[in-house]
Amino acid sequence: MNRSLRPLAATATIFILAYLAAVSQQPAMLSTRVLGNFLTDNAFLGIAAVGMTFVIISGGIDLSVGAVIGFTTVLIAVLIMWLGLHPLVAFAIALAVSALFGACMGAAIHYLKVPSFIVTLAGMFLARGGASVLSPDSIGIKHEFYTAVSKSYLLMPGGGRLTVIGGIMIAVFLFGIVLAHRTRFGSYVYALGGNETSAALMGVPVARTTIQIYMLSSTLAGLAGIVFSLYTSAGYSLSALGVELDAIAAVVIGGTLLTGGYGFVAGTFVGVMLQGLVQTYIVFDGSLSSWWTKIVIGALLFMFILLQRLVFTASAPSRKVLWKT
Amino acid sequence: MKRTGFTFLARPQFVALIAVLFINWLLFPGFFDITWQDGRLFGSLIDVLNRGAPVAILAIGMTAVIATKGVDLSVGAVMAISGAVAASLVVGGTASWIAVLAALGIGLACGLWNGMLVTLLDMQPIIATLVLMVAGRGLAQLITEGSIVTFSDPLLIFIGTGSFLGLPMPVVIAFVLLVGSTLAVRRTALGLLIEAVGVNRSAARFAGITSSALLLMVYAFAGFCAAVSGLIVAGDIRGADANNAGLWLELDAILAVVIGGTSLLGGRFSIPMSVLGAMIIQAMNTGILISGFSPEFNLVVKSGVIILILVLQSPLAGRLFSRWQARAETAPAPRTMP
Repeated sequence: MNRSLRPLAATATIFILAYLAAVSQQPAMLSTRVLGNFLTDNAFLGIAAVGMTFVIISGGIDLSVGAVIGFTTVLIAVLIMWLGLHPLVAFAIALAVSALFGACMGAAIHYLKVPSFIVTLAGMFLARGGASVLSPDSIGIKHEFYTAVSKSYLLMPGGGRLTVIGGIMIAVFLFGIVLAHRTRFGSYVYALGGNETSAALMGVPVARTTIQIYMLSSTLAGLAGIVFSLYTSAGYSLSALGVELDAIAAVVIGGTLLTGGYGFVAGTFVGVMLQGLVQTYIVFDGSLSSWWTKIVIGALLFMFILLQRLVFTASAPSRKVLWKT
Repeated sequence: MKRTGFTFLARPQFVALIAVLFINWLLFPGFFDITWQDGRLFGSLIDVLNRGAPVAILAIGMTAVIATKGVDLSVGAVMAISGAVAASLVVGGTASWIAVLAALGIGLACGLWNGMLVTLLDMQPIIATLVLMVAGRGLAQLITEGSIVTFSDPLLIFIGTGSFLGLPMPVVIAFVLLVGSTLAVRRTALGLLIEAVGVNRSAARFAGITSSALLLMVYAFAGFCAAVSGLIVAGDIRGADANNAGLWLELDAILAVVIGGTSLLGGRFSIPMSVLGAMIIQAMNTGILISGFSPEFNLVVKSGVIILILVLQSPLAGRLFSRWQARAETAPAPRTMP
């Protein structure tokens, strides 16, 4: 097997084992209905995590995605309910606004030479603050388009429902996989994450690529906001609080290195599904309290980082990273 | 450059604090009034100090971590854990001083855990501490069993709301930590060693610095500071709220450190300036609250301040400034500068 695919294989194996273990405890979890709900309930997280994967592969981090999701839901609600626009028009405006937002952050990161951590932190404050200035209260969205979307789904064999938003997530993942591995932009992102200086020397347009990466992440966060708004039929400035952490966790569990230059979009999908599995199992079990979700996800995160360390130490015998004191 | 005792007055952070306080005074004329009542000081200024103390304490620990080119995202979760431990112990009938020591010990242990991940496993600090940030709040909820544990223990309440020499206890604690840590890093070689590790860890190791022991100590110190902060917040509301105690305060603490001028790329650091940064943040918070704006504006103003500081600190602004200075020097008229 290709050595570079090892972490991805490890993540997928662990997911399958965890799923089998969950099924052996709760046989009802083995059905396409549960699978359909997996996709629907984690759609916004998955979409945001695709953008986060690109940012992390490029060696950066984007803390603003949760806030952008919250801002987008409020913006859409305001445009539809107060200004009476059609949802599709509102969606287009929301995507344009979030793309512009991301481009500004990317430009700040590149031209001001500030760590992405701080710029996106400022972006997070700005987006959350902007959302609560627009409307501090939750706005319910009532529109025939929303009811039509929430009622339409594809019936999978076994009675499971692939909803529109679940379908959007799968489409975004396919798009992300193609973008990362089959386009020039994708190889630029990997090159930047490997080493920015050598990427620039090889002729990678660093400024343009950096701006595009953060634009992609924010646009996908905007799309996640649209999905979240379809999912909850409401706009609220505090929605999707802390989603950036879930997205980062999904990316790391999926085998992407935080140092940049290495990772898979497909791995992130497994990471999102694994988090969904933990949540669903806890709901199915009924006796476990909700805080176990956080503890288990933290433990998973730790386990996967440890695993990556071991895999990478094993595959690069010349560099002893494990005991470097 | 010759340094005089008053150069710190010309620092942009100091000017910013004065400006924020001045704007607050314009918005609320009684801002600088301080009264003596019931054996302690009262007033908006004291309130700024008091409310800013938890973030200031976090910022002290965070400065040390950031100086080593790291970051500690888990401090908010550690605050929740330490508050939960102290509250659960006193409610369970343990002596209050043991509860306080246990909470501080847990904070140290959390910091050591982070430090171990960073040194022994050589993880990136942001990821190593992310583990505890995600899991820590869950652990705190596990300790309090999901409810808010309220207590009436006099020692814990004194830590949160008591007063010493007229000043609120949180301010006194923050001041003691500030003076203690500043003396430790500036009057011993510790600060130099931390800067050396922050600039280049392998170079520091080759120079004979046991960088792993130093890193362990720095992360443990950050955990300890977080635990102190958690005790203050719990004592202030007389209860441990595992969900909300210290939520997002790690970001405020990092912001305070950045405003204070400590480089996120390691090396140069200043603990007093970070505390000053925490005070600027709190003065803005208080200003927005007393001027009657809705608290939502706070985030927008905060992000505006970060952007302004980033632009001012960036190399681009530095180039523009030096070009402007060069032009001013080549111009014939103003020759008054010595």
